[in-house]
Amino acid sequence: MLLRHTSTEIKERSALTVNPAKTCQPIGAMYAALGVHGCLPHSHGSQGCYAYHRSALTRHFKEPVVAATSAFTEGASVFGGQANLVQAIDNIFSVYNPDVIAVHTTCLSETIGDDVPQIFAKAMADGKVPDGKFLFHANTPSYVGSHVTGFASTTKAMVDYFAESNGRKAKTINLIPGYVEPSDMAEIRRIAESMGIATIMFPDTSKVLNGPLTGKYKMFPEGGVTIDELKKSGSSTGTIALGRIASMPAARALDAKCKVPCEILGLPIGLHGTDAFVDTLRRMAGVSVPDGLNLERGQLVDSISDWHQYLYGKRVAIVGDPDQVLALTRFLVSLDMRPVHIVTGSPAGKKYIKSLQAAVAEVPEAVNIKVPGDMYLFHQWIKNDPVDLIIGNTYAKYIAKDEDIPLVRHGFPIYDRLGHSYFSTMGYRGGLRLMEKLLDAILDCKDRDADDITMELVM
Amino acid sequence: MAMGANKKPAENVKLDRQDPEKVKARLLAKYPPKVARKRAKQIVINKVEPDGKVPVINSNVRTVPGLMGQRGCCYAGCKGVVLGPTRDIINITHGPIGCGYYSWLTRRNQTDPDSTADGHNFMTYCFSTDMQDEEIIFGGEKKLKQAIQEAYDNFKPKAIAVFSTCPVGLIGDDVHAVCREMKAKLGINVFGFSCEGYKGVSQSAGHHIANNGIFKHVVGLDDTIKDGKYRINLLGEYNIGGDAFEIERLFERCGITLVSSYSGNSSIDAFANSHTADLNLIMCHRSINYVAEMMETKFGVPWVKVNFIGAAATAKSLRKIAQYFDEKELTERVEAVIAEEMPAVEAACAEVRPRTEGKRAMLFVGGSRAHHYQELFAELGMKTLSAGYEFGHRDDYEGRKVLPDIKVDADSRNIEELEITPDPERYNPRISDAQKVALEAKGLQFSAYDGMMPEMPEGTMVIDDLSQYETDQLIRIFKPDIFCAGIKEKYTVQKHGIPLKQLHSYDYGGPYAGFKGAVNFYREIDRMVSSRVWQYMRAPWQEHPELSATYAWE
Repeated sequence: MLLRHTSTEIKERSALTVNPAKTCQPIGAMYAALGVHGCLPHSHGSQGCYAYHRSALTRHFKEPVVAATSAFTEGASVFGGQANLVQAIDNIFSVYNPDVIAVHTTCLSETIGDDVPQIFAKAMADGKVPDGKFLFHANTPSYVGSHVTGFASTTKAMVDYFAESNGRKAKTINLIPGYVEPSDMAEIRRIAESMGIATIMFPDTSKVLNGPLTGKYKMFPEGGVTIDELKKSGSSTGTIALGRIASMPAARALDAKCKVPCEILGLPIGLHGTDAFVDTLRRMAGVSVPDGLNLERGQLVDSISDWHQYLYGKRVAIVGDPDQVLALTRFLVSLDMRPVHIVTGSPAGKKYIKSLQAAVAEVPEAVNIKVPGDMYLFHQWIKNDPVDLIIGNTYAKYIAKDEDIPLVRHGFPIYDRLGHSYFSTMGYRGGLRLMEKLLDAILDCKDRDADDITMELVM
Repeated sequence: MAMGANKKPAENVKLDRQDPEKVKARLLAKYPPKVARKRAKQIVINKVEPDGKVPVINSNVRTVPGLMGQRGCCYAGCKGVVLGPTRDIINITHGPIGCGYYSWLTRRNQTDPDSTADGHNFMTYCFSTDMQDEEIIFGGEKKLKQAIQEAYDNFKPKAIAVFSTCPVGLIGDDVHAVCREMKAKLGINVFGFSCEGYKGVSQSAGHHIANNGIFKHVVGLDDTIKDGKYRINLLGEYNIGGDAFEIERLFERCGITLVSSYSGNSSIDAFANSHTADLNLIMCHRSINYVAEMMETKFGVPWVKVNFIGAAATAKSLRKIAQYFDEKELTERVEAVIAEEMPAVEAACAEVRPRTEGKRAMLFVGGSRAHHYQELFAELGMKTLSAGYEFGHRDDYEGRKVLPDIKVDADSRNIEELEITPDPERYNPRISDAQKVALEAKGLQFSAYDGMMPEMPEGTMVIDDLSQYETDQLIRIFKPDIFCAGIKEKYTVQKHGIPLKQLHSYDYGGPYAGFKGAVNFYREIDRMVSSRVWQYMRAPWQEHPELSATYAWE
């Protein structure tokens, strides 16, 4: 047994987190910053932070993840990190020459109270920031929220630093995709563009963290939202924020700063999640939905009807990030599946919990929900009340193996399988792919467990 | 002395048809002057004098902010590297969630829980106090105490260790007082490590802190002398990809008794008893030499440096053990095992060598691996052009003979040096001074490590704390056939079309230690340098863009 000490007896814990389903803010900040074109994320902390974040993101994407660090020593921790950050800014522009440096703080620099805007002012006064180059920052203390918060704050910082209104409305729609895969960002944009809508998406990690192998290493690949686009986002017709936890702060900030109205939606996972996205796009841009998208929708509905018998009533345990968990739960319920154990590692607030409760209101049995919880509790729930399927990140495979339950990997991190960064689970096509994954897991299990008499050829 | 970039010797030794001095100048050219001056002392063209002296290399010094290097932090060295592989201690990370999360199962230390009677294994778990802002403001001791209690209530472990992250030191939580209190309350061993990430200049500080902590709180708690002949400890072997299992297999075949292993496949019970061994073997000198030194001073256990990476090195290391115990039975057994194991190794090597011969490698990793793995490449007929450590010290490069010359700077002074004296009852020198001298005369060196540079050819480039920029330049200049580093460097190198072998995680393969490990490594390097994928980067229409004819409808 991999998790041999996990017992069925659930004891209340108030201080000890065991097997977390979240990690800290700066990694989300780093991921978001990589979605800005020509941007070098910079971790204002000790070098362990950026080493861990780069390692984790690299294991997930199998791609270069570049970032720099202020490399705090004990001295800097006592006297403040200004000298380190100013020196880092100078070195980064001299040696690596990015268009922009995105600084995020850490528990270290937050605890000692470093004032990043003041340090930026010092760096600029000292002439360390060449003309045409930019700096921006987000406060991302690791002891508040989670990696999703760090992503949300950095996305919001893009608005705070760059968005401006030129007084005229452009026809563009801003898309804030949330803490999703590069493949998802590409698919979200494709859907909007297939409707003839011009978009500004931020952040955008497609082509950055799923780039090609050409034999030529480019430290700053072609993808990512440009600073120019970020500026123009303040003049767009409207903003669609996908995922309330990851994307709402930036959308609200843009509304407040530049009067760009916003719609906050769930992630476009599954039929209804995508319907809401497409319908909002249609109304906001004043366009009609093209035949191509209607075809994709119809194909998803068709497949749901074709395969419903294998999904109906299946009991599922879901663990992950709040926006993903809510959208997945809604999709599963729409397939007549039963999410029965639901955990998010990240805190997400009372309103979120209510949405989750509403999403499972029609599940015909009691549903366990813990926001925030950890994967130890999640495992204990599964031990006490086994399920047909688990949805979670790579760490969930230890539970899946011990309990002999099929696992569909979804979310962050996925350290051990190909696909997530290339094939989206968003939109109608993504819904189809997600359903394929659910069915493969369930049917592989069914085939494996079938005896010689009841083995089915056709399913 | 380090040779300056502009001070040109009359005739330069060539490195792979390049002038290493010019390469060095190119690596430094883009840096701001202060950075260039600092890095110039960390980039050294190797030269081995007849007396074995090598140039001074500046190392174990602060990383330049913004340069983007490979290093991690003190916590990573303490919790991640040294204590992480011990399966039956509950390791609680005291701090925000990230540090515990990233060090959860990511280092691939394998362990066999069924080799201890209670079967405890907490390595698949991650324990954290998940510190929140209220603890940053009001202090985290209360939460830590409660967390230790909850760990005990849920899991009933033999021992609990606590690891401090950056904010813990800054807000002044007295982790050690909490541990003492909970130890008294629970009646199990509870101890803490002040391994805040900002301490020292790399993981190395964390190794030292971990060594101190284990020595202070665990070593010597169990004096039982267990059965077995030729009783040794294996230090600085972390069982990544099962390396320690392969070494254990060889010990077992030779009749050598492994008392404890620091810390691959290890149990806290074995640490407690480890001072009863008769010899310490050091694999990774950087991360564990402190325990060996302290054990010798307090208990009289001598240490020798070994290396089980490479078939020849493995044979040599086994012979060192036999030489130390100096008994015919063991010597014969060791020779018989080497004779039995080598044919398969030689056959595998001969099979791949036509494809690896003459190929060129670079190794930038760790505090010993960049040295040890040169053995395996040499066995494959491959040349090491350049190598360096991520967190090594001068003694790892130049040999322990330079220890008296190393200036202790402020960053190192902050790491506690334990005052160790011989144990009044238990100090027992395992061999007499006369025996030691006799063995030394036969070539067995005690407490000695010659370092990496004396074994590297003249003109090779030794680079400490390599930056991303230098990595990129080295690849563009030399186009090596293989580059060895870690996960962060893996894909930045491979995007150039050059394979990178991870020597921390082994790219999820291994073992590479011992005889079977050597065979695995030969096959892996053969796979990597011979892979067809590196030829696929250009599409046919990029190779031949001209159009010879146009399709047209009649």
